[in-house]
Amino acid sequence: MIRLIGALAASLFLTAAVQADTFKMAVTTSFNNSGLSDVLIPVIQEDTGIEVQLLIVGTGQALRLGEAGDVDAILVHSKTAEEAFVADGYGTHRREIMYNDFVFIGPAADPAGIADASSAAGALSQISSAKTPFVSRGDDSGTHKKEVSLWRSASLDPEGFADWYNAVGAGMGASLNTAAGLGAYIMSDRASWLNFENKADLALLYSGDPILFNQYTYIPLNPERHSHVKHGLAQKLEMWLISQTAQELIDGYQINGETLFTFNATE
Amino acid sequence: MVTQVLPAEMRGALVRRRRKTLLGPVDLTLAGTGFTMVLGPNGAGKTTLLKALHGLERLSSGEVSWAVPDTQARLRQAYVFQSPIMLRRTVRANLEYPLQLVGVPKTERSGPIENWATKIGLKDALDRPAPRLSGGEKQKLALARALIRDPEILFLDEPCANLDGRSTREIEVLLQSAYRAGTRIVMATHDLGQARRLATDVLFLFDGKIHECGAAPECFDAPTTQEFKTFLEGGILE
Amino acid sequence: MSDIWTGLVAAFWLIVTGDADLVEITLRSLQVSLTALVIASAIALPFGTWLAIRRFRYRRTAIAVLNAFMGLPPVVVGLIVYMLLSRSGPFGVFGLLFTPTAMIIAQVIIVTPLIASITHQAMRELWAEYHDLLISLNTTPRQRIWTLIIDGRRALLTATLAGFGRAIGEVGAIMIVGGNIDHATRVLTTAIALETSKGDFALALGLGFILIALALGVNILIHTLSRTEREGRW
Repeated sequence: MIRLIGALAASLFLTAAVQADTFKMAVTTSFNNSGLSDVLIPVIQEDTGIEVQLLIVGTGQALRLGEAGDVDAILVHSKTAEEAFVADGYGTHRREIMYNDFVFIGPAADPAGIADASSAAGALSQISSAKTPFVSRGDDSGTHKKEVSLWRSASLDPEGFADWYNAVGAGMGASLNTAAGLGAYIMSDRASWLNFENKADLALLYSGDPILFNQYTYIPLNPERHSHVKHGLAQKLEMWLISQTAQELIDGYQINGETLFTFNATE
Repeated sequence: MVTQVLPAEMRGALVRRRRKTLLGPVDLTLAGTGFTMVLGPNGAGKTTLLKALHGLERLSSGEVSWAVPDTQARLRQAYVFQSPIMLRRTVRANLEYPLQLVGVPKTERSGPIENWATKIGLKDALDRPAPRLSGGEKQKLALARALIRDPEILFLDEPCANLDGRSTREIEVLLQSAYRAGTRIVMATHDLGQARRLATDVLFLFDGKIHECGAAPECFDAPTTQEFKTFLEGGILE
Repeated sequence: MSDIWTGLVAAFWLIVTGDADLVEITLRSLQVSLTALVIASAIALPFGTWLAIRRFRYRRTAIAVLNAFMGLPPVVVGLIVYMLLSRSGPFGVFGLLFTPTAMIIAQVIIVTPLIASITHQAMRELWAEYHDLLISLNTTPRQRIWTLIIDGRRALLTATLAGFGRAIGEVGAIMIVGGNIDHATRVLTTAIALETSKGDFALALGLGFILIALALGVNILIHTLSRTEREGRW
């Protein structure tokens, strides 16, 4: 019994020991759900020796972790929030890496008729008029912020919506689950939708409007703000993320024969 | 055995709980030797008196003082309860416990344990769980456990109240031998026969106060108070 | 309904193929929860016993507060521990955030009140039984606590197993302070949460069944080792 306690105590201290080449990055749930991170991480380790540890959280929480200095870099998709983050001195700069797009998902019967909509804003107007159930992330994530900005561009305010609008406060997968359960419309990133296993009666109804493009940006944390961040490793990782290898992996990543991301980093 | 803690004195002892006076005021001296029987009807305060003397009951006023400081005195006493309190362990472990508490080295424990186990006839039951003994066996074990540290004074609260004749006799034999070895004994009972058999002196308690005290057997033959006389005749006191 | 069947099948294949990831997160789950349990018990068992035997003025309040803490929402504990261990927080310098150590700390905080409360309840009864004897034998408070713990060990075992159940199934706190990092702080419960959020119910359920089997296994093992149901034991 004593030996067991001793072994446990030893393992406790060992796990607290500082590990040399680990790198903590907060990324969004949609980035992880796509499955792309599972492809990139091992190659990053091989090429650079950096063991990237991903904290998969919503954009809001990622920014918060960055402000607190609990990670070394963040990868999010919410331009206005990112610019504020850098302006406030938490991050050194924004480095755009790739984009995917958002799509509108809904019940296959499409009661609001958005399949024929002429624009994203138009599709949302139709949903609002038809008052068909709609599920929103409601969690201050990049996806959620995008959704809200789209409602605004259609001159609608989500704050004033009635019961047909369901803000669930959850990640992409969980929100899709709720939409499947309610037979509701929902805006999702394409990757999460393709990877989603529980599609039930839902179908991809509208996509293609350029405003739905979703830019993923890499932001290293500012060492002047938090001296302990692994800035050297952050720069090394950034170089890799805009490299040829990264481009090939990102552009080549497919689900069911469909490409999800488009690499758009510039030197 | 040389008695150091006695004589003990109880002065003006009063025990009140929720406005009811359970005991007192009582003035009492316990001399160095003797087998004192505390007699009285139920509710007279016998248990309270014994517990107060031993320090198990808090006095509302008055005091108990011993010939040595209290901390030392407490170590040289023992108490046997009316319902024996068994530790949830084996017979052996129960006997070992008081020795363990005062730091008797392990090697020196088995002697007294085997010795006392034999005296109470439980030598073959040493590894049996104590809570599963019979009533008589439990009480004998409690007594052995109380005596294993060789106390100078032993308090007993109606130890044979729930026991059959044979167990009662066995306990009385043990008590007599402890007394002869020099242990001061103070024992409550409502069994007059037992009192007559064992007492060297008697305390009669009624309604929380000492009504009569004196040496046996004179006390039995010539009661001075009406209450004691009624009690001896087997009448009801209220 | 078919999802439950798929879940069972998923669990079966994971176990039969000896899936490396599964082994890793299962071992980590045990490491975190058992360590937390040992530490929590070391604090809670003596404390709960002490509380049962000691009389002091605000005792009733202390007991009420202790019982209330049993219901501490784990996610709130996680948030608070996060703020304490964050780089911007008071203990940030130790770099404990997002490590199994942080998870252990959070679980200790969650589980200790539970074990202490059950211990206190059990010890109160045993103390009532032993009270007169232990005082008569002139025991010190330390000796009393030790005697009660030893003689009451069966009830205390129940208390620690309750604590284990709470710890092994906990997800809210360790998600926040551990970060659910693959190959670093991912355990069974956080993996289940992740798979659920991704919509992979079958895998989530499979992991869930494994977790249940694990908890059952530990309980059965402990009971067998301590021979609780052997005839005649108290």
